[in-house]
Amino acid sequence: MSGAVSGKSPAIEVHAVEKRFGNVGIIRDLNLSVAQGERHAIIGPNGAGKSTTFNLISGHIKPTSGEVRLNGDLISGLQPFEINRRGLSRSFQVTNVFARMSVWENVRCAVLWATGHRYAFWKNVDSLPEVRERTAQILDDIHLTHRRDVPAGLLTYAEQRELEIGITIASGATVVMLDEPTAGMSHAETDRAVSLIRRLTEGKTLVIVEHDMSVVFGLADRISVLVYGHIIASGTPEEIRRDPKVKEAYLGEEAH
Amino acid sequence: MTAATTSSVTAKPAGENLRFYGIWLIGIAALIVLPQVFSSGGSLTSFSLIGIAIVFALSYNILLGQTGLLSFGHAVHYGLGGFAACHMMNAVVSRGWPIPLPFIPLFGGIGGLVFAMIIGWVMTKRAGTVFAMISLGIGELVASSSLILRSVFGGESGITTDRTALPKMLGWSFGPQLQVYYLISFWLVLSAIAMYALTRTPLGRISNAVRDNPERVQFIGYDPHVVRYLAYCFAGFFAGVAGGLTAINFEIANSALLGAIQSGLVLFSTFIGGTAFFFGPILGAILVTYLQLGLTNLTTAWQLYFGIIFIGIVMYAPGGIAGLLMMHRPLIRAGTLWTVIPSYLVAIVPTVALACGVILTIETVARYSGGDPINLFGIPFNPTSPMTWLTAAVLVVGGAFVARLTWRRIAEAWDRAATVARDRGYLA
Ligand SMILES: Nc1ncnc2c1ncn2[C@@H]1O[C@H](COP(=O)(O)OP(=O)(O)O)[C@@H](O)[C@H]1O
Ligand SMILES: [Mg+2]
Repeated sequence: MSGAVSGKSPAIEVHAVEKRFGNVGIIRDLNLSVAQGERHAIIGPNGAGKSTTFNLISGHIKPTSGEVRLNGDLISGLQPFEINRRGLSRSFQVTNVFARMSVWENVRCAVLWATGHRYAFWKNVDSLPEVRERTAQILDDIHLTHRRDVPAGLLTYAEQRELEIGITIASGATVVMLDEPTAGMSHAETDRAVSLIRRLTEGKTLVIVEHDMSVVFGLADRISVLVYGHIIASGTPEEIRRDPKVKEAYLGEEAH
Repeated sequence: MTAATTSSVTAKPAGENLRFYGIWLIGIAALIVLPQVFSSGGSLTSFSLIGIAIVFALSYNILLGQTGLLSFGHAVHYGLGGFAACHMMNAVVSRGWPIPLPFIPLFGGIGGLVFAMIIGWVMTKRAGTVFAMISLGIGELVASSSLILRSVFGGESGITTDRTALPKMLGWSFGPQLQVYYLISFWLVLSAIAMYALTRTPLGRISNAVRDNPERVQFIGYDPHVVRYLAYCFAGFFAGVAGGLTAINFEIANSALLGAIQSGLVLFSTFIGGTAFFFGPILGAILVTYLQLGLTNLTTAWQLYFGIIFIGIVMYAPGGIAGLLMMHRPLIRAGTLWTVIPSYLVAIVPTVALACGVILTIETVARYSGGDPINLFGIPFNPTSPMTWLTAAVLVVGGAFVARLTWRRIAEAWDRAATVARDRGYLA
């Protein structure tokens, strides 16, 4: 599984990244390596900086110092859309969809760039077969086909979370980052979402922030523990379970 | 809010296709027969102005409704299109180029487009308030420059031209207003089709996404700045076409075309018509142009009425006329519309009484010092007579009191009908 064995550069490599908001150092000397094809979970208490880490990697915010690499290429400093075009796609902890557009349109918009249609104003969007097929496939995958004409803003919470995943994977990105995809879901909804995530990210690199430890330990190949903006441990689920620092700092407490 | 701008028409059923093309064909047929039915010079002039206003409002909605950009300076492109068309017409005449009049609006469009391409990149860097403020500034800048740069804009008097001096096409001289009307209608149809088609392209769909959530767009591969810029250029082009048509219609372009009043009017038309549906600005442009032509003859306070209508729409029907109409679609489909109609009918009388009271009040205030008599739907009133004031007060107070009750009835009937419709699966 590891990048070193396959000889390829890691999918994501975060090197000595710092992020300050004003005088407050939110992320301190962050180092993280996610191998190609790995399912990597980031856990840590609320406010540890998990979402901020996602924002730093996806280009939403720029690191104060340090560098981020995607498949070996330096991406820190690039715009989010440039990073996305290089094959990294992320979801948001707080649902972030196109509220007035239908479910179908939401997913289709996320398919357009990857299918090469870009800013085209000379093509009828309804007569692009590969766009239509891919959109239909993703709607099917996220079980929202029956809701395709509903404005995204009117979906139930769980449906919006599924749409959020759908938009994220629609471009076919090879590196997928999901920020608390199951937050606020019921137990049954979580189970469904996890099997969905497992299936849709088959063969891709996955970075996931998740609070449900049974999900984390069941899904992840490797886990990183983030506390106060610093990764205190990174390893296989077994290593993390046994790590005394982790026990002390995180797992010992009530899991969030 | 959904349908026209957002619905996902993949494989339309045959019936829907038929209806879609049917609506366009009916529109075109109406444009053709309209001057046969209303053939007076006055109505031809009105129709011509309405046609131009529709193109202009549709171009504005590329910004406001499709991309979520609130511009206070859209008339800049309209006016520059008008000037470009005038200069082109004069050049065609003086150089003897073989370009007939029907091609001139294209040059108006290019005029609007070129300016949009130049200023658009900086303007569309941000949306929201920043964009709105810059558009206001650019509008003022261009409007005041137009009075200073006399050689290009002709100063106060503007640039005049003679549309009949251009080469004839198909034997049409375009002297008579009827021929100008058909020329405008031709460009109206062409522009409307093009602007509708634009909404059905990848760029058009992503414009909607930028409108809804410019942040998320960046994470599906798109640069919202580029999307806004391209939308701005298209809007500038079609505004220029409308400006070119105006130049042909009046045979003049002056600084009034690109000023704040024009920018305000197009915002007003588009918003009143409804930005969420493609046809909204068409309704708005028809209504506002018609009101403008009608009201300016009837009352000096016409701008006040515009203001009241605008505030009313913003507060009570932010979806505009189109939004109000389309609200009824699920009820029609579910067959529950008939349950709300009686409450509408009941509400008409007190609402009209209230409106008359407001009109009477405004006209009394407007005409008190002059003493001009008021003619309200054929009934004369004297603005200095206490009887008039009493009538106005009774209409306003009584009308408002009863109207509120009937409006509440409408709301209740609506809730019931909408619930039934939703239960039958007709509401999103
Ligand atoms: N844009 C910002 N400006 C200032 N502080 C921020 C900003 N974004 C996040 N933070 C702070 O950074 C810390 C980490 O936040 P976050 O990354 O959302 O935590 P997590 O996702 O691990 O719960 C929090 O204390 C939060 O208040
Ligand atoms: Mg978070």
